[in-house]
Amino acid sequence: MSAAKFIEIQNVEQTFRTPKGSFPALRDIQLTVAKGEFIALIGHSGCGKSTLLNLIAGLTTPTAGTLLCANREIKGPGPERAVVFQNHSLLPWLTCFENVYLAVERVFSATESRAQLKARTEAALALVGLVAAAQKRPGEISGGMKQRVGIARALSMEPQVLLMDEPFGALDALTRAKLQDELLAIVAKTHSTVVMVTHDVDEAVLLSDRIVMMTNGPAATIGEILTVDLPRPRNRVTLAEDPRYLQARKAVIDFLYTRQAHVEKTAA
Amino acid sequence: MVSAVFHPPYPDAAPATALTSKTIATGQETAMAAAIIPSEKPAPAPRPGRDWRGLWLRVLPPVFGLGLLVAVWELVSVWTGASIPSPRDTWAQALEVFSNPFYSNGPNDQGVGWNVLSSLKRVAMGFGLAALVGIPAGFLIGRFTFLSRMFNPLISLLRPVSPLAWLPIGLLVFKGANPAAIWTIFICSIWPMIINTAVGVQRVPQDYMNVARVLNLSELKIMTKILFPAVLPYMLTGVRLAVGTAWLVIVAAEMLTGGVGIGFWVWDEWNNLNVKNIIIAIFVIGIVGLLLEMALIKLATAFTFEEVKS
Repeated sequence: MSAAKFIEIQNVEQTFRTPKGSFPALRDIQLTVAKGEFIALIGHSGCGKSTLLNLIAGLTTPTAGTLLCANREIKGPGPERAVVFQNHSLLPWLTCFENVYLAVERVFSATESRAQLKARTEAALALVGLVAAAQKRPGEISGGMKQRVGIARALSMEPQVLLMDEPFGALDALTRAKLQDELLAIVAKTHSTVVMVTHDVDEAVLLSDRIVMMTNGPAATIGEILTVDLPRPRNRVTLAEDPRYLQARKAVIDFLYTRQAHVEKTAA
Repeated sequence: MVSAVFHPPYPDAAPATALTSKTIATGQETAMAAAIIPSEKPAPAPRPGRDWRGLWLRVLPPVFGLGLLVAVWELVSVWTGASIPSPRDTWAQALEVFSNPFYSNGPNDQGVGWNVLSSLKRVAMGFGLAALVGIPAGFLIGRFTFLSRMFNPLISLLRPVSPLAWLPIGLLVFKGANPAAIWTIFICSIWPMIINTAVGVQRVPQDYMNVARVLNLSELKIMTKILFPAVLPYMLTGVRLAVGTAWLVIVAAEMLTGGVGIGFWVWDEWNNLNVKNIIIAIFVIGIVGLLLEMALIKLATAFTFEEVKS
Protein backbone atom coordinates (compact mmCIF):
# COMPACT_ATOMS: atom_id res chain seq x y z
CA MET A 1 0.00 0.00 0.00
CA SER A 2 1.45 3.30 -0.97
CA ALA A 3 1.25 6.03 1.63
CA ALA A 4 0.81 8.66 -1.05
CA LYS A 5 -2.49 7.13 -2.22
CA PHE A 6 -4.18 6.36 1.07
CA ILE A 7 -7.63 7.48 -0.01
CA GLU A 8 -8.37 7.32 -3.72
CA ILE A 9 -11.49 8.80 -5.22
CA GLN A 10 -11.91 7.93 -8.90
CA ASN A 11 -14.53 9.40 -11.26
CA VAL A 12 -17.07 9.64 -8.52
CA GLU A 13 -20.50 10.89 -9.40
CA GLN A 14 -23.47 11.30 -7.09
CA THR A 15 -27.02 11.84 -8.27
CA PHE A 16 -29.94 12.06 -5.86
CA ARG A 17 -33.38 10.97 -6.84
CA THR A 18 -35.88 13.55 -5.68
CA PRO A 19 -39.64 13.85 -6.24
CA LYS A 20 -38.83 16.51 -8.89
CA GLY A 21 -36.52 14.21 -10.81
CA SER A 22 -32.85 13.40 -10.51
CA PHE A 23 -30.52 15.96 -8.99
CA PRO A 24 -26.84 15.72 -9.94
CA ALA A 25 -24.87 16.69 -6.83
CA LEU A 26 -21.32 15.69 -7.73
CA ARG A 27 -19.52 14.77 -10.97
CA ASP A 28 -15.98 13.83 -12.02
CA ILE A 29 -14.48 13.82 -8.55
CA GLN A 30 -10.81 12.79 -8.66
CA LEU A 31 -8.84 13.07 -5.46
CA THR A 32 -6.07 11.22 -3.70
CA VAL A 33 -5.20 11.80 -0.08
CA ALA A 34 -1.83 10.76 1.35
CA LYS A 35 -1.46 9.15 4.75
CA GLY A 36 -1.13 11.77 7.46
CA GLU A 37 -2.38 14.54 5.21
CA PHE A 38 -4.84 17.19 6.35
CA ILE A 39 -7.34 18.05 3.61
CA ALA A 40 -9.93 20.80 3.79
CA LEU A 41 -12.98 20.72 1.51
CA ILE A 42 -14.25 24.23 0.96
CA GLY A 43 -17.03 25.69 -1.16
CA HIS A 44 -20.29 27.57 -1.04
CA SER A 45 -23.35 26.04 0.61
CA GLY A 46 -24.91 23.30 -1.46
CA CYS A 47 -21.74 22.55 -3.41
CA GLY A 48 -21.76 18.95 -2.25
CA LYS A 49 -18.80 19.04 0.11
CA SER A 50 -20.75 17.23 2.82
CA THR A 51 -22.00 14.79 0.18
CA LEU A 52 -18.38 14.01 -0.69
CA LEU A 53 -17.52 13.52 2.99
CA ASN A 54 -20.49 11.19 3.45
CA LEU A 55 -19.26 9.18 0.48
CA ILE A 56 -15.81 8.78 2.07
CA ALA A 57 -17.50 7.90 5.37
CA GLY A 58 -19.54 5.27 3.53
CA LEU A 59 -22.81 6.68 4.80
CA THR A 60 -23.93 6.95 1.16
CA THR A 61 -22.82 5.06 -1.91
CA PRO A 62 -21.87 6.82 -5.16
CA THR A 63 -23.97 6.59 -8.30
CA ALA A 64 -20.81 5.96 -10.31
CA GLY A 65 -17.08 5.71 -9.68
CA THR A 66 -15.08 4.11 -6.89
CA LEU A 67 -13.71 5.15 -3.54
CA LEU A 68 -10.77 3.32 -2.04
CA CYS A 69 -9.33 3.56 1.43
CA ALA A 70 -6.06 1.70 2.04
CA ASN A 71 -6.60 -0.07 -1.29
CA ARG A 72 -9.95 -1.44 -0.24
CA GLU A 73 -13.24 -0.30 -1.66
CA ILE A 74 -15.38 1.74 0.74
CA LYS A 75 -18.61 -0.23 0.98
CA GLY A 76 -20.15 1.19 4.11
CA PRO A 77 -19.39 3.10 7.26
CA GLY A 78 -16.87 1.68 9.66
CA PRO A 79 -14.90 2.64 12.74
CA GLU A 80 -11.66 2.93 10.75
CA ARG A 81 -13.16 6.08 9.18
CA ALA A 82 -14.39 8.00 12.22
CA VAL A 83 -16.75 10.91 11.69
CA VAL A 84 -17.04 14.06 13.80
CA PHE A 85 -20.52 15.35 13.08
CA GLN A 86 -21.41 19.00 12.79
CA ASN A 87 -23.94 18.83 15.63
CA HIS A 88 -21.72 16.54 17.76
CA SER A 89 -24.41 13.80 17.82
CA LEU A 90 -23.71 12.67 21.35
CA LEU A 91 -26.31 10.44 22.94
CA PRO A 92 -28.00 12.62 25.56
CA TRP A 93 -28.79 9.75 27.94
CA LEU A 94 -25.15 8.70 28.26
CA THR A 95 -22.41 10.56 30.13
CA CYS A 96 -19.44 11.88 28.18
CA PHE A 97 -17.45 8.89 29.39
CA GLU A 98 -20.13 6.44 28.25
CA ASN A 99 -20.43 8.15 24.87
CA VAL A 100 -16.73 7.63 24.22
CA TYR A 101 -16.74 4.19 25.84
CA LEU A 102 -19.43 3.03 23.40
CA ALA A 103 -17.00 3.66 20.54
CA VAL A 104 -13.96 2.22 22.35
CA GLU A 105 -15.87 -0.89 23.31
CA ARG A 106 -16.98 -1.50 19.74
CA VAL A 107 -13.46 -1.34 18.33
CA PHE A 108 -11.28 -2.86 21.04
CA SER A 109 -13.46 -5.10 23.22
CA ALA A 110 -12.48 -8.21 21.26
CA THR A 111 -8.83 -7.88 22.18
CA GLU A 112 -8.64 -5.87 25.37
CA SER A 113 -9.80 -6.08 28.99
CA ARG A 114 -12.34 -3.78 30.55
CA ALA A 115 -9.63 -1.91 32.42
CA GLN A 116 -7.80 -1.27 29.16
CA LEU A 117 -10.98 -0.04 27.51
CA LYS A 118 -11.59 2.35 30.39
CA ALA A 119 -8.00 3.57 30.20
CA ARG A 120 -8.44 4.23 26.47
CA THR A 121 -11.64 6.18 27.12
CA GLU A 122 -9.95 8.27 29.80
CA ALA A 123 -6.96 8.88 27.54
CA ALA A 124 -9.25 10.11 24.75
CA LEU A 125 -11.03 12.49 27.11
CA ALA A 126 -7.68 13.66 28.47
CA LEU A 127 -6.53 14.40 24.91
CA VAL A 128 -9.33 16.96 24.54
CA GLY A 129 -8.98 18.17 28.14
CA LEU A 130 -12.31 16.88 29.42
CA VAL A 131 -11.40 14.51 32.24
CA ALA A 132 -13.30 16.64 34.74
CA ALA A 133 -16.55 16.48 32.73
CA ALA A 134 -16.41 12.73 32.13
CA GLN A 135 -19.39 11.93 34.33
CA LYS A 136 -21.57 14.76 33.00
CA ARG A 137 -24.33 14.31 30.45
CA PRO A 138 -24.16 16.27 27.17
CA GLY A 139 -27.03 18.45 28.36
CA GLU A 140 -24.88 19.73 31.20
CA ILE A 141 -21.88 20.96 29.20
CA SER A 142 -21.26 23.76 26.69
CA GLY A 143 -21.34 23.45 22.90
CA GLY A 144 -17.56 23.58 22.63
CA MET A 145 -17.21 20.82 25.20
CA LYS A 146 -19.76 18.68 23.36
CA GLN A 147 -17.79 19.05 20.16
CA ARG A 148 -14.63 18.05 22.05
CA VAL A 149 -16.36 14.90 23.28
CA GLY A 150 -17.32 14.21 19.66
CA ILE A 151 -13.65 14.55 18.65
CA ALA A 152 -12.58 12.38 21.60
CA ARG A 153 -15.08 9.73 20.54
CA ALA A 154 -13.76 9.76 16.99
CA LEU A 155 -10.09 9.69 18.03
CA SER A 156 -10.63 6.99 20.66
CA MET A 157 -11.30 4.48 17.88
CA GLU A 158 -7.79 5.09 16.51
CA PRO A 159 -9.23 5.60 13.07
CA GLN A 160 -7.17 5.53 9.91
CA VAL A 161 -9.01 8.61 8.74
CA LEU A 162 -10.72 11.33 10.69
CA LEU A 163 -13.66 12.83 8.78
CA MET A 164 -14.99 16.12 10.11
CA ASP A 165 -18.17 17.76 8.81
CA GLU A 166 -17.94 21.45 9.72
CA PRO A 167 -16.98 20.42 13.24
CA PHE A 168 -16.68 23.96 14.57
CA GLY A 169 -19.40 25.57 12.46
CA ALA A 170 -21.86 25.91 15.33
CA LEU A 171 -19.38 27.46 17.78
CA ASP A 172 -18.56 31.08 18.54
CA ALA A 173 -15.35 32.51 17.08
CA LEU A 174 -13.27 32.33 20.25
CA THR A 175 -14.22 28.77 21.09
CA ARG A 176 -13.65 27.84 17.47
CA ALA A 177 -10.12 29.25 17.51
CA LYS A 178 -9.34 27.39 20.72
CA LEU A 179 -10.58 24.09 19.31
CA GLN A 180 -8.69 24.65 16.06
CA ASP A 181 -5.47 25.07 18.04
CA GLU A 182 -6.27 21.95 20.04
CA LEU A 183 -6.97 20.04 16.83
CA LEU A 184 -3.61 21.18 15.40
CA ALA A 185 -1.86 19.88 18.50
CA ILE A 186 -3.77 16.58 18.45
CA VAL A 187 -3.10 15.97 14.77
CA ALA A 188 0.59 16.77 15.28
CA LYS A 189 0.65 14.19 18.05
CA THR A 190 -1.40 11.43 16.40
CA HIS A 191 -0.37 11.99 12.75
CA SER A 192 -3.98 11.43 11.74
CA THR A 193 -5.21 11.62 8.19
CA VAL A 194 -7.96 14.21 8.23
CA VAL A 195 -10.60 15.27 5.72
CA MET A 196 -12.50 18.28 6.99
CA VAL A 197 -15.45 20.10 5.47
CA THR A 198 -15.45 23.80 6.24
CA HIS A 199 -16.70 27.10 4.89
CA ASP A 200 -14.21 29.14 6.89
CA VAL A 201 -11.26 30.29 4.76
CA ASP A 202 -8.97 30.98 7.72
CA GLU A 203 -9.73 27.63 9.25
CA ALA A 204 -8.88 25.89 5.99
CA VAL A 205 -5.57 27.71 5.54
CA LEU A 206 -4.53 27.38 9.17
CA LEU A 207 -5.22 23.67 9.50
CA SER A 208 -4.72 21.97 6.17
CA ASP A 209 -1.94 20.76 3.92
CA ARG A 210 -4.13 21.03 0.85
CA ILE A 211 -7.36 22.89 0.28
CA VAL A 212 -9.81 21.28 -2.12
CA MET A 213 -12.01 24.03 -3.56
CA MET A 214 -15.30 22.96 -5.02
CA THR A 215 -17.31 24.63 -7.75
CA ASN A 216 -20.92 25.52 -7.18
CA GLY A 217 -23.67 22.95 -7.52
CA PRO A 218 -25.60 21.40 -9.10
CA ALA A 219 -23.15 18.91 -10.55
CA ALA A 220 -20.31 20.34 -8.50
CA THR A 221 -16.78 19.16 -8.95
CA ILE A 222 -13.31 20.00 -7.71
CA GLY A 223 -12.39 23.41 -9.12
CA GLU A 224 -8.88 23.73 -7.84
CA ILE A 225 -6.57 22.24 -5.26
CA LEU A 226 -4.30 24.59 -3.35
CA THR A 227 -1.25 23.30 -1.52
CA VAL A 228 -0.72 25.25 1.67
CA ASP A 229 3.03 25.46 1.97
CA LEU A 230 3.36 26.55 5.56
CA PRO A 231 5.70 24.91 8.07
CA ARG A 232 4.31 23.14 11.10
CA PRO A 233 3.76 23.68 13.99
CA ARG A 234 1.63 26.59 12.92
CA ASN A 235 0.77 29.50 15.14
CA ARG A 236 -2.21 31.66 14.25
CA VAL A 237 -0.65 34.83 15.65
CA THR A 238 2.62 34.68 13.72
CA LEU A 239 0.89 33.36 10.61
CA ALA A 240 -1.40 36.37 10.53
CA GLU A 241 1.42 38.42 8.99
CA ASP A 242 3.14 35.66 7.03
CA PRO A 243 3.02 36.51 3.29
CA ARG A 244 2.60 32.82 2.36
CA TYR A 245 -0.42 32.60 4.63
CA LEU A 246 -1.92 35.76 3.18
CA GLN A 247 -1.25 34.53 -0.33
CA ALA A 248 -2.98 31.20 0.32
CA ARG A 249 -5.88 33.01 1.92
CA LYS A 250 -6.15 35.37 -1.07
CA ALA A 251 -6.14 32.44 -3.48
CA VAL A 252 -9.05 30.75 -1.71
CA ILE A 253 -11.02 33.99 -1.43
CA ASP A 254 -10.40 34.69 -5.12
CA PHE A 255 -11.72 31.28 -6.03
CA LEU A 256 -14.78 31.50 -3.79
CA TYR A 257 -15.85 35.08 -4.34
CA THR A 258 -14.53 36.03 -7.79
CA ARG A 259 -14.58 32.94 -9.92
CA GLN A 260 -17.42 31.04 -8.23
CA ALA A 261 -19.52 33.98 -7.12
CA HIS A 262 -21.33 34.64 -10.39
CA VAL A 263 -22.40 31.02 -10.73
CA GLU A 264 -24.30 31.28 -7.49
CA LYS A 265 -26.13 34.37 -8.78
CA THR A 266 -27.40 32.55 -11.85
CA ALA A 267 -28.26 29.52 -9.76
CA ALA A 268 -30.28 31.66 -7.37
CA MET B 1 -45.95 7.12 4.86
CA VAL B 2 -48.94 5.50 6.49
CA SER B 3 -51.12 8.06 8.10
CA ALA B 4 -52.61 5.82 10.77
CA VAL B 5 -49.36 5.61 12.64
CA PHE B 6 -48.69 9.31 12.81
CA HIS B 7 -50.57 10.45 15.82
CA PRO B 8 -49.61 13.37 17.99
CA PRO B 9 -46.93 11.79 20.12
CA TYR B 10 -47.38 14.21 23.01
CA PRO B 11 -51.04 14.86 23.67
CA ASP B 12 -49.94 15.56 27.25
CA ALA B 13 -48.12 18.68 26.10
CA ALA B 14 -51.16 20.89 26.65
CA PRO B 15 -51.78 20.20 30.35
CA ALA B 16 -48.04 20.26 31.03
CA THR B 17 -47.58 23.71 29.50
CA ALA B 18 -50.70 24.95 31.21
CA LEU B 19 -49.19 23.89 34.50
CA THR B 20 -45.83 25.55 33.89
CA SER B 21 -47.38 28.75 32.59
CA LYS B 22 -49.39 28.91 35.79
CA THR B 23 -46.26 28.62 37.91
CA ILE B 24 -44.53 31.22 35.77
CA ALA B 25 -47.48 33.56 36.18
CA THR B 26 -47.36 33.32 39.95
CA GLY B 27 -43.60 33.76 39.82
CA GLN B 28 -44.05 37.00 37.90
CA GLU B 29 -46.57 38.24 40.43
CA THR B 30 -44.12 37.55 43.21
CA ALA B 31 -41.49 39.52 41.34
CA MET B 32 -43.92 42.39 40.76
CA ALA B 33 -44.96 42.47 44.42
CA ALA B 34 -41.30 42.49 45.44
CA ALA B 35 -40.62 45.35 43.05
CA ILE B 36 -43.48 47.49 44.35
CA ILE B 37 -42.70 47.27 48.05
CA PRO B 38 -39.15 48.72 47.98
CA SER B 39 -40.27 51.66 45.81
CA GLU B 40 -42.64 52.77 48.58
CA LYS B 41 -40.28 52.09 51.46
CA PRO B 42 -36.69 51.89 50.23
CA ALA B 43 -35.00 51.49 53.64
CA PRO B 44 -36.05 48.01 54.90
CA ALA B 45 -35.47 44.94 52.76
CA PRO B 46 -38.71 43.61 51.19
CA ARG B 47 -40.40 41.23 53.61
CA PRO B 48 -40.70 37.82 51.96
CA GLY B 49 -44.06 37.00 53.63
CA ARG B 50 -46.80 34.88 52.10
CA ASP B 51 -47.75 35.41 48.49
CA TRP B 52 -51.47 35.78 49.09
CA ARG B 53 -52.35 36.81 45.55
CA GLY B 54 -50.67 33.80 44.01
CA LEU B 55 -52.28 31.54 46.56
CA TRP B 56 -55.74 32.97 45.82
CA LEU B 57 -55.29 32.53 42.09
CA ARG B 58 -54.17 28.96 42.54
CA VAL B 59 -56.66 27.84 45.16
CA LEU B 60 -59.79 29.82 44.40
CA PRO B 61 -60.58 28.74 40.81
CA PRO B 62 -60.55 25.01 41.55
CA VAL B 63 -62.66 25.63 44.65
CA PHE B 64 -65.13 27.62 42.56
CA GLY B 65 -65.20 24.82 39.99
CA LEU B 66 -66.01 22.20 42.59
CA GLY B 67 -68.54 24.56 44.16
CA LEU B 68 -70.28 24.98 40.80
CA LEU B 69 -70.48 21.20 40.42
CA VAL B 70 -72.04 20.79 43.87
CA ALA B 71 -74.47 23.67 43.26
CA VAL B 72 -75.68 22.26 39.93
CA TRP B 73 -75.96 18.84 41.51
CA GLU B 74 -78.01 20.27 44.39
CA LEU B 75 -80.32 22.08 41.92
CA VAL B 76 -80.81 18.93 39.83
CA SER B 77 -81.55 17.03 43.02
CA VAL B 78 -84.22 19.57 44.02
CA TRP B 79 -85.77 19.64 40.52
CA THR B 80 -85.99 15.87 40.26
CA GLY B 81 -87.61 15.59 43.66
CA ALA B 82 -84.56 13.89 45.16
CA SER B 83 -84.60 10.94 42.75
CA ILE B 84 -81.05 12.16 42.16
CA PRO B 85 -79.80 12.26 45.76
CA SER B 86 -78.49 15.54 47.12
CA PRO B 87 -74.73 16.06 47.71
CA ARG B 88 -75.27 15.95 51.47
CA ASP B 89 -77.07 12.59 51.41
CA THR B 90 -74.47 11.19 49.06
CA TRP B 91 -71.68 12.38 51.35
CA ALA B 92 -73.32 10.67 54.33
CA GLN B 93 -73.66 7.49 52.30
CA ALA B 94 -70.04 7.77 51.14
CA LEU B 95 -68.85 7.96 54.75
CA GLU B 96 -70.76 4.77 55.42
CA VAL B 97 -69.44 3.01 52.30
CA PHE B 98 -65.85 3.97 53.02
CA SER B 99 -66.07 3.11 56.72
CA ASN B 100 -65.80 -0.54 55.68
CA PRO B 101 -64.52 -0.81 52.11
CA PHE B 102 -63.19 -4.35 52.43
CA TYR B 103 -66.14 -6.43 53.59
CA SER B 104 -67.24 -9.49 51.70
CA ASN B 105 -70.68 -11.10 51.90
CA GLY B 106 -70.45 -13.53 49.02
CA PRO B 107 -69.59 -12.76 45.40
CA ASN B 108 -72.38 -10.27 44.75
CA ASP B 109 -71.98 -8.12 47.85
CA GLN B 110 -68.48 -6.87 48.45
CA GLY B 111 -66.99 -3.61 49.66
CA VAL B 112 -66.06 -0.85 47.23
CA GLY B 113 -62.35 -1.47 47.97
CA TRP B 114 -62.59 -5.05 46.67
CA ASN B 115 -64.46 -3.86 43.61
CA VAL B 116 -61.85 -1.23 42.75
CA LEU B 117 -59.00 -3.65 43.41
CA SER B 118 -60.42 -6.38 41.20
CA SER B 119 -61.00 -3.85 38.41
CA LEU B 120 -57.42 -2.63 38.78
CA LYS B 121 -56.22 -6.24 38.72
CA ARG B 122 -57.99 -6.86 35.40
CA VAL B 123 -56.62 -3.63 33.97
CA ALA B 124 -53.12 -4.52 35.14
CA MET B 125 -53.28 -7.97 33.56
CA GLY B 126 -54.79 -6.92 30.25
CA PHE B 127 -52.54 -3.92 30.11
CA GLY B 128 -49.43 -5.88 31.09
CA LEU B 129 -50.07 -8.44 28.36
CA ALA B 130 -50.66 -5.62 25.87
CA ALA B 131 -47.34 -4.02 26.85
CA LEU B 132 -45.60 -7.37 26.51
CA VAL B 133 -46.89 -7.75 22.95
CA GLY B 134 -47.38 -4.16 21.86
CA ILE B 135 -44.03 -2.59 22.75
CA PRO B 136 -41.85 -5.15 20.97
CA ALA B 137 -44.30 -5.11 18.06
CA GLY B 138 -44.05 -1.33 17.93
CA PHE B 139 -40.25 -1.53 17.88
CA LEU B 140 -40.28 -3.98 14.98
CA ILE B 141 -42.89 -2.02 13.04
CA GLY B 142 -40.96 1.20 13.55
CA ARG B 143 -37.60 -0.34 12.67
CA PHE B 144 -38.49 -2.25 9.53
CA THR B 145 -40.38 -0.50 6.74
CA PHE B 146 -41.61 -3.82 5.39
CA LEU B 147 -43.33 -4.71 8.68
CA SER B 148 -44.68 -1.18 8.96
CA ARG B 149 -46.30 -1.41 5.52
CA MET B 150 -47.53 -4.89 6.33
CA PHE B 151 -49.21 -4.08 9.62
CA ASN B 152 -50.39 -0.53 9.15
CA PRO B 153 -53.52 -1.48 7.17
CA LEU B 154 -54.44 -4.00 9.87
CA ILE B 155 -53.92 -1.46 12.64
CA SER B 156 -55.89 1.18 10.75
CA LEU B 157 -58.74 -1.28 10.27
CA LEU B 158 -58.90 -2.63 13.82
CA ARG B 159 -58.03 0.42 15.90
CA PRO B 160 -61.33 2.30 15.44
CA VAL B 161 -63.34 -0.73 16.59
CA SER B 162 -64.81 -0.31 20.07
CA PRO B 163 -63.02 -2.73 22.36
CA LEU B 164 -66.40 -3.92 23.65
CA ALA B 165 -67.11 -5.38 20.22
CA TRP B 166 -64.33 -7.84 21.01
CA LEU B 167 -65.98 -8.97 24.24
CA PRO B 168 -68.16 -11.70 22.66
CA ILE B 169 -65.11 -13.09 20.86
CA GLY B 170 -63.34 -13.17 24.22
CA LEU B 171 -66.26 -14.93 25.87
CA LEU B 172 -66.36 -17.46 23.05
CA VAL B 173 -62.64 -18.19 23.02
CA PHE B 174 -61.84 -18.03 26.73
CA LYS B 175 -65.18 -19.36 28.03
CA GLY B 176 -65.19 -17.09 31.06
CA ALA B 177 -66.20 -13.58 32.05
CA ASN B 178 -62.92 -12.66 33.73
CA PRO B 179 -60.54 -13.62 30.88
CA ALA B 180 -62.96 -12.00 28.42
CA ALA B 181 -62.76 -8.71 30.32
CA ILE B 182 -58.96 -8.95 30.42
CA TRP B 183 -58.99 -9.67 26.69
CA THR B 184 -61.03 -6.53 26.07
CA ILE B 185 -58.53 -4.47 28.06
CA PHE B 186 -55.71 -6.10 26.13
CA ILE B 187 -57.27 -5.10 22.80
CA CYS B 188 -57.98 -1.52 23.78
CA SER B 189 -54.56 -0.83 25.30
CA ILE B 190 -52.42 -2.49 22.65
CA TRP B 191 -53.05 0.11 19.90
CA PRO B 192 -51.67 3.21 21.61
CA MET B 193 -48.60 1.24 22.68
CA ILE B 194 -47.86 -0.15 19.21
CA ILE B 195 -48.50 3.16 17.49
CA ASN B 196 -46.56 5.38 19.87
CA THR B 197 -43.61 3.03 20.08
CA ALA B 198 -43.48 2.75 16.29
CA VAL B 199 -43.66 6.52 15.84
CA GLY B 200 -40.94 6.93 18.46
CA VAL B 201 -38.67 4.51 16.61
CA GLN B 202 -39.34 6.26 13.30
CA ARG B 203 -38.53 9.63 14.83
CA VAL B 204 -35.18 8.67 16.34
CA PRO B 205 -32.93 11.46 15.00
CA GLN B 206 -30.97 10.39 11.93
CA ASP B 207 -27.81 11.68 13.65
CA TYR B 208 -28.04 8.96 16.27
CA MET B 209 -28.50 6.34 13.60
CA ASN B 210 -25.49 7.74 11.71
CA VAL B 211 -23.45 7.39 14.89
CA ALA B 212 -24.61 3.80 15.11
CA ARG B 213 -23.60 3.20 11.49
CA VAL B 214 -20.18 4.80 11.81
CA LEU B 215 -19.45 2.89 15.00
CA ASN B 216 -20.87 -0.18 13.27
CA LEU B 217 -22.84 -1.13 16.38
CA SER B 218 -24.55 -4.48 16.64
CA GLU B 219 -28.35 -4.58 16.39
CA LEU B 220 -28.49 -5.39 20.12
CA LYS B 221 -26.37 -2.34 21.02
CA ILE B 222 -28.48 -0.15 18.72
CA MET B 223 -31.58 -1.38 20.53
CA THR B 224 -30.28 -0.93 24.09
CA LYS B 225 -28.07 2.15 23.73
CA ILE B 226 -29.86 4.20 21.07
CA LEU B 227 -33.36 3.07 20.17
CA PHE B 228 -34.68 2.19 23.61
CA PRO B 229 -33.64 5.41 25.39
CA ALA B 230 -34.70 7.54 22.43
CA VAL B 231 -38.08 5.86 22.19
CA LEU B 232 -38.79 5.67 25.91
CA PRO B 233 -40.64 9.03 26.15
CA TYR B 234 -42.89 8.09 23.21
CA MET B 235 -43.43 4.66 24.69
CA LEU B 236 -44.44 6.09 28.05
CA THR B 237 -46.93 8.36 26.29
CA GLY B 238 -48.39 5.25 24.68
CA VAL B 239 -48.52 3.54 28.06
CA ARG B 240 -50.32 6.52 29.57
CA LEU B 241 -52.91 6.66 26.79
CA ALA B 242 -53.37 2.90 27.09
CA VAL B 243 -53.97 3.02 30.83
CA GLY B 244 -56.46 5.85 30.36
CA THR B 245 -58.41 3.92 27.75
CA ALA B 246 -58.22 0.71 29.73
CA TRP B 247 -59.69 2.40 32.78
CA LEU B 248 -62.53 3.77 30.62
CA VAL B 249 -63.25 0.40 29.06
CA ILE B 250 -63.08 -1.76 32.17
CA VAL B 251 -66.20 -0.12 33.64
CA ALA B 252 -68.23 -0.88 30.53
CA ALA B 253 -66.80 -4.38 30.19
CA GLU B 254 -67.61 -5.25 33.80
CA MET B 255 -71.15 -4.01 33.39
CA LEU B 256 -71.55 -6.67 30.73
CA THR B 257 -69.57 -9.50 32.31
CA GLY B 258 -70.62 -9.14 35.95
CA GLY B 259 -68.58 -10.56 38.82
CA VAL B 260 -66.65 -8.31 41.16
CA GLY B 261 -65.49 -4.94 39.88
CA ILE B 262 -66.28 -1.28 39.94
CA GLY B 263 -68.28 -1.48 36.68
CA PHE B 264 -70.31 -4.37 37.99
CA TRP B 265 -70.83 -2.46 41.24
CA VAL B 266 -72.32 0.47 39.31
CA TRP B 267 -74.68 -1.84 37.45
CA ASP B 268 -75.62 -3.76 40.59
CA GLU B 269 -76.44 -0.55 42.44
CA TRP B 270 -78.56 0.53 39.48
CA ASN B 271 -80.51 -2.72 39.79
CA ASN B 272 -80.91 -1.96 43.51
CA LEU B 273 -81.92 1.61 42.55
CA ASN B 274 -79.23 2.87 44.91
CA VAL B 275 -78.34 6.07 43.05
CA LYS B 276 -76.14 7.38 45.86
CA ASN B 277 -73.71 4.52 45.42
CA ILE B 278 -73.65 5.09 41.66
CA ILE B 279 -72.59 8.68 42.20
CA ILE B 280 -69.98 7.54 44.71
CA ALA B 281 -68.73 5.04 42.13
CA ILE B 282 -68.44 7.81 39.53
CA PHE B 283 -66.22 9.79 41.89
CA VAL B 284 -64.15 6.72 42.77
CA ILE B 285 -63.62 5.90 39.08
CA GLY B 286 -62.61 9.50 38.40
CA ILE B 287 -60.17 9.71 41.29
CA VAL B 288 -58.51 6.37 40.50
CA GLY B 289 -58.17 7.37 36.83
CA LEU B 290 -56.65 10.70 37.86
CA LEU B 291 -54.13 9.00 40.15
CA LEU B 292 -53.10 6.55 37.41
CA GLU B 293 -52.61 9.42 34.96
CA MET B 294 -50.59 11.51 37.41
CA ALA B 295 -48.32 8.61 38.31
CA LEU B 296 -47.55 7.94 34.65
CA ILE B 297 -46.87 11.63 33.89
CA LYS B 298 -44.37 11.63 36.76
CA LEU B 299 -42.74 8.54 35.31
CA ALA B 300 -42.59 10.04 31.81
CA THR B 301 -40.94 13.29 32.87
CA ALA B 302 -38.27 11.35 34.74
CA PHE B 303 -37.20 9.66 31.49
CA THR B 304 -37.29 12.57 29.06
CA PHE B 305 -33.86 13.77 27.94
CA GLU B 306 -32.67 16.97 26.38
CA GLU B 307 -32.82 16.90 22.59
CA VAL B 308 -29.50 17.11 20.80
CA LYS B 309 -30.54 19.91 18.49
CA SER B 310 -31.67 22.31 21.18
